[in-house]
Amino acid sequence: MAPLLEIKGLKTHFSTDDGILQAVDGVDISINRGETLCVVGESGCGKTVTAMSILKLIAMPPGRIAAGQIIFEGRDLVPLTSNQLDEIRAKEIGFIFQEPMTSLNPVLTIGEQIAESLRRHEAVTRKQALERTIEMLKLVQIPNAEGRVHNYPHQFSGGMRQRVMIAMALACKPKLIIADEPTTALDVTIQAQILDLLQDMKERFGMAVMLITHAMGVVAETAQRVVVMYAGKVVEEAAVDELFGDPRHPYTQGLIRSIPRIDLDSEHKTRLEAIGGSVPILINPPVGCRFAPRCKFAMNVCTEKEPLLREVAPGHRMACHLGDTSLGGAA
Amino acid sequence: MSQYVLRRLLIAIPSLLGISVVLFVVLALAPGDPFSELATNPNVPPEVQAALRAKFGLDDPIYLRYLHWLNAMLHGDWGFSFVSRMDVDQLILQRLPATLYVIGSAQILALLIAIPVGVYAATRPYSLFDQIANTLAFVGFSLPTFFTGILFILIFSVTLDWLPFVYTTDIKATGIRWVLEMIRQAIMPVAVLGLFQAASMTRFVRSAMLDVIRLDYVTTARAKGLGQATVIVKHVMRNAMIPVVTLIALQMPAVFGGAIVTEQIFRIPGIGSLLISSILSNDTPVVMAVTFVFACLVVLFNLIADVLYGWLDPRISLR
Repeated sequence: MAPLLEIKGLKTHFSTDDGILQAVDGVDISINRGETLCVVGESGCGKTVTAMSILKLIAMPPGRIAAGQIIFEGRDLVPLTSNQLDEIRAKEIGFIFQEPMTSLNPVLTIGEQIAESLRRHEAVTRKQALERTIEMLKLVQIPNAEGRVHNYPHQFSGGMRQRVMIAMALACKPKLIIADEPTTALDVTIQAQILDLLQDMKERFGMAVMLITHAMGVVAETAQRVVVMYAGKVVEEAAVDELFGDPRHPYTQGLIRSIPRIDLDSEHKTRLEAIGGSVPILINPPVGCRFAPRCKFAMNVCTEKEPLLREVAPGHRMACHLGDTSLGGAA
Repeated sequence: MSQYVLRRLLIAIPSLLGISVVLFVVLALAPGDPFSELATNPNVPPEVQAALRAKFGLDDPIYLRYLHWLNAMLHGDWGFSFVSRMDVDQLILQRLPATLYVIGSAQILALLIAIPVGVYAATRPYSLFDQIANTLAFVGFSLPTFFTGILFILIFSVTLDWLPFVYTTDIKATGIRWVLEMIRQAIMPVAVLGLFQAASMTRFVRSAMLDVIRLDYVTTARAKGLGQATVIVKHVMRNAMIPVVTLIALQMPAVFGGAIVTEQIFRIPGIGSLLISSILSNDTPVVMAVTFVFACLVVLFNLIADVLYGWLDPRISLR
């Protein structure tokens, strides 16, 4: 069966005063119906830009989709105008943003902000939209939904606002939810609640979820499949067990080793391993592998030739020259 | 809400009292008084002069004169204009409608230009439309009204002879002709004042819109597929208007100041030109009353701004 969403060779570039910033440079991601896919990577690796590109929510200009296809249910979204995309936004693909504190309009009631989406996409009266909104608020476990629907965002806590955001994204029952770091801005205890709620909703409505995060813990808890991104490219992709059990790319290995562990006794405790350096600036990026400057296994070939995604096990792909037999003695 | 307005009105009392003290002291320190003219008039004997000065208490200490003025004000006695030979309140009431008509129309014109132009320019930053609007706005607020006013008179009255350049309150016409004539004679002063206001307001609306347009909740609104017009009007404009309301209210004193100049140029018999002529003729009671009316209007507009603020932004509770 064809995947629900297939991103092929997506390149999203931004023109800046210093040159073209290649924020996303040839990304392939596909999501099946009803699947939870996690996209992980450090800040600035292009996760958010990839997600925003799907519905063209990046600022254009300066942003631009330079190449690639975004095929949703057999239809390429890239050539569509913003007006045409409006039919897909919220109705087919819902979005949950990172910052619940700033992602809600402060001067409109939360009820209005949920209901306007329903009124836009479905033939409902004002009254029906309000009823559906209350129903959604109950579903995301907001207490006293009938009363709270007329409240403004500033009358809610961060966790409650993120529940409102989820209700908003789910209102039109989309087939795909894109959640961009939905728990990053929340307290740890609230994070778990929100992730549980997302999981519940996903099971109830049978939609696919694309969860963008930089927390490996979140990945382990929620994902079925994982895509690891680095500097605007996909470096590894595998089922979640496979990825944690047998990470192949040095960057993925570094990410997994940087998770704090409490299951080791004190004698075995070592200093937490961090990956040295930071994500390169993506204006005129170096040729070859973009991770090479930070990689402890870097070889000569790494700075000369770009590693391509290749299958290393069934359903497990990665982009690294390590163990690549086609390179002969180089590896 | 009504409680908030009431409280704000009560707070306005001490500030108006303060303003009146300052005005009174400044006017008392200024050289000349209503009777200084009499001193140079050889037909008035010095004894009569002295008697008149004593009668009106002009040589009393300043605090006594202030208390006297305040007491009279509180009893609804605004004083007597020595030059116009009539009560000051009558005089102001006679002049106020022309001022409110011109300033009000100019402000409405300014808003009608500034909001659509500023909003449209902000949705297409650095486009041709935006560049043209910015340039015109820059030219607009760089040119003072006394310059554009005279320029307009030269073009539209002297050269083209389309519009009258003297404003008159006693138009010899009735019915629809009177209305048309009222509009015709107001076109130039309203345009001069309105365009000047619109210029700075446009730039302010544009930057307020640009501040809001890149906020997260605007992206949220876009992600709902609402369409550009709904996103701009419902989500961006409503938020961008909050600082604009403050600016307009804070600009009101400048608007009245600008009106004084414009009234002089177009000979509009409003309170601005009344103020100028009273200052020139040392008509202290009128000067005092007019400046005090200006102060009251400024305080009133600030109150209106605060109430609008609470209505636009639910985070501000008017309690």
